[in-house]
This record gives sequence, C-alpha cells and structure tokens, in this order.
Amino acid sequence: MTQYSFQKHFDDKIDSDMTIEPKDWMPDDYRKTLIRQISQHAHSEIVGMLPEGNWISRAPTLRRKAVLMAKVQDEAGHGLYLYSAAETLGVSRDEMYSQLHTGKAKYSSIFNYPTLTWADMGAIGWLVDGAAIMNQVPLCRTSYGPYARAMVRVCKEESFHQRQGFEIMLTLAKGTEIQRKMAQDAFNRWWWPSLMMFGPPDAESPNTANSVRWRIKRLTNDELRQKFVDVTVEQAKVLGLDMPDKDLKWNEERGHYDFGAINWAEFYNVVKGNGPCNKQRLDARKTAWEKGQWVRDAATAYAEKRAARKAAAAQTKAA
Amino acid sequence: MSDNKHTNKAEWPLWEVFIRSKAGLDHKHAGSLHAADVEMAIENARDVYTRRQEGVSIWVVESKNIHASDPGESESLYEPANDKIYRHPTFYNLPDEVKYM
Repeated sequence: MTQYSFQKHFDDKIDSDMTIEPKDWMPDDYRKTLIRQISQHAHSEIVGMLPEGNWISRAPTLRRKAVLMAKVQDEAGHGLYLYSAAETLGVSRDEMYSQLHTGKAKYSSIFNYPTLTWADMGAIGWLVDGAAIMNQVPLCRTSYGPYARAMVRVCKEESFHQRQGFEIMLTLAKGTEIQRKMAQDAFNRWWWPSLMMFGPPDAESPNTANSVRWRIKRLTNDELRQKFVDVTVEQAKVLGLDMPDKDLKWNEERGHYDFGAINWAEFYNVVKGNGPCNKQRLDARKTAWEKGQWVRDAATAYAEKRAARKAAAAQTKAA
Repeated sequence: MSDNKHTNKAEWPLWEVFIRSKAGLDHKHAGSLHAADVEMAIENARDVYTRRQEGVSIWVVESKNIHASDPGESESLYEPANDKIYRHPTFYNLPDEVKYM
C-alpha cells in the first residue's frame, strides 16, 4: 500500500466507527495525540491518589476508611490500565514516568488543590469523580481500541467513587450545623476547579478539532462542561447546598443552566505549576519513585536468583 | 553476576493477563502489567484485575511471547471464508416436519 492508501484505509475505518488497533497503520499526529492524552490521563490517576491519601489515616469511621482505601487502590489500577494502553503506542512506562517527574507531562490541575477537611473527600468524589466520569463515558467509544477498553474498565469501577463522595456530602449536609458548613465550604472550593477539569473553552482548545475528527474525543470541552453543570445543579438541590455561583440561572431557551465566568487565568496559572500544591504533589511522586528503587532492584535480583535456581535444578535432573 | 546487573534500571518485562471469569468459561484477555517474574505477575494480576470477583483463574504470558497476525494481511487471511456460507447450518432448508436437527 502507498502512503496515500494507508491514510485512506485509516480514514475509512474512523468514518465507519471501527476501532484502530496497535498494529494498524496510523498517522503520526494521531499516535502523538493519543500518547499525550492517555499518558496525561494515567498521570492524573496516579497523582490523584495523593490528595485522598492524605485522609486515609484520618477517616472518621472504619467503614469510610475501608471505602477510601478501595477508591485509592482503584485509582492506582486505573493508572495502570491507562499506562498499558499508552505503551501499545510505542512509548515505554519509564519514559512516561520520567516525563511526569521532570514536569514535561501534565496531569489534571484539579489535584494541585489541597484537601483541607474531611468534607473534601466528599466533594472530590461527588464533583471531581463526577466530572471525570462525564469525560470518560464517551471515551469508552473512542477510536483507539486499547484506550476504549481501558476506559470501559475504568468507568465500571468509577461509579462507586462518585456515589461514595455524594454519600459523604449527604451525611454532612444533613448533620450538625458545623458539618453542613463544612460540606458547603468544600463545595465552594471544589466547584470552579471541577468546571476547569473539562479544559479550556472550545474556541481556545487547539487540539479539539483534530481529536473530534479522529473520534479520540466524542464531545467537546464546552459540551461536557454544560452537561456536568446541568446534572450537578439538581444533585446540589438534593443535598440542600447552595450553588457557589451567583450567575447560575436556568435558560429556558437553551434548555440548560447558564453559569458564571470561569477564572481561566487561575487555570493557566495552575497548569503552569503555580497552583497551591503543584510542588508538593510532584515532590511526593518523585520521592515515592526514588524510595521505591531498592524494592524494584530487589525484586529483579530475586527473580534472577529464582530463575538461576530453577535452571540449576533442571540441569541436575537432566544429569 | 556483573555489577551492571544490579544497577540495571531497566523496566520489568511486560505480561499479558488472561482471566477466567467463572468456572467453565474461557480465559479472556484482561490487560497487561509489568512484573519481575511470573509469580509477581500473577500476584499483581490478582490485585489489579480481580478486585471485584472478576476471576477464578489467571494466566499470564510474557508479552514478547505473543505473536499476532498482521492486520495488513486481513484480506488474504479472512476473505476466503466470506463465500462459504454452506458452513453454517442456516444454509440448509429443511422441511418443517423435521424436528431437533
């Protein structure tokens, strides 16, 4: 096949909603875009464990503690599924780690905000995981097979994450006045960063057009953000909490809620590394990696020793 | 053993994981992971892919030992089956009186 017919074959597959698999020919930009998106997604899962890890030892009950541990463990798994999907595109795991640790690769900015109270565990599950699910459900049908399959697995596991968060919020919102205030405070602090999770407005999102064309993305940032606002407003009513947006209003004509202006200067500032916890998060990651070196070395040495023993035993038997 | 081996920062090998979801069913590809050896691969697979009772049996195979067909050869591999519908039972018309066949 010529370059032209490879491209045509690829385009035909995309147009007829067929998946692209690792050994299929694909344009370089498609591969690059996927590696960037999937690895960022993986990094977000891994860094996302840190703000919650902060609360495992301080969860108010044994039940909450067990749930939080299960959630954090899931996130490690999600990172792994996604790293594996990215690896099928020809980038190594260590290369991705090094991109994260050197700051070359980004992760979701939301994890650069601090988790100040227990209510933050509720707000993160409800809003951050809620926004993540909104993003991820359409990705179950993304054009790259390994990515789509990883997302199916992630989505199946993720829905408990949002529910447990909502349950924490509900318990606090129906609790004492102090608890209710705590829930409202966490809601106020996490609401806007959650809206930023969907990325810059479509008009300023340079990657959107190609990603939609290639079915890497199935909905645009603004479409997803609107969907998220619409469902969350109704959920906040159930909690009896106030939406932290004075401009929020139902728009009869559009059939959607209008919402206030997002502080994009803050978003870009956090992306650039100036969020409240960027340094802390990255340092924690790097320390964990460096301190784990001896464990990786020991496991390798042990595997070698066992293999050598097995080989020696086989030789004795043969002799 | 050379010193080189101990300072080796190379990645652990990649393994493909296959899970049998319940007794009697086939093992199905679940995903992949890195592990130093086969024991660790099975333990990690247990932790990553069966946290919600998804499996009763695990196979792991080092990824380098899996050989796949070439997508570029799909036509020559699979097209010959396209015009052989007589390999399917529905190709044959039988009288309605014939039961259980």
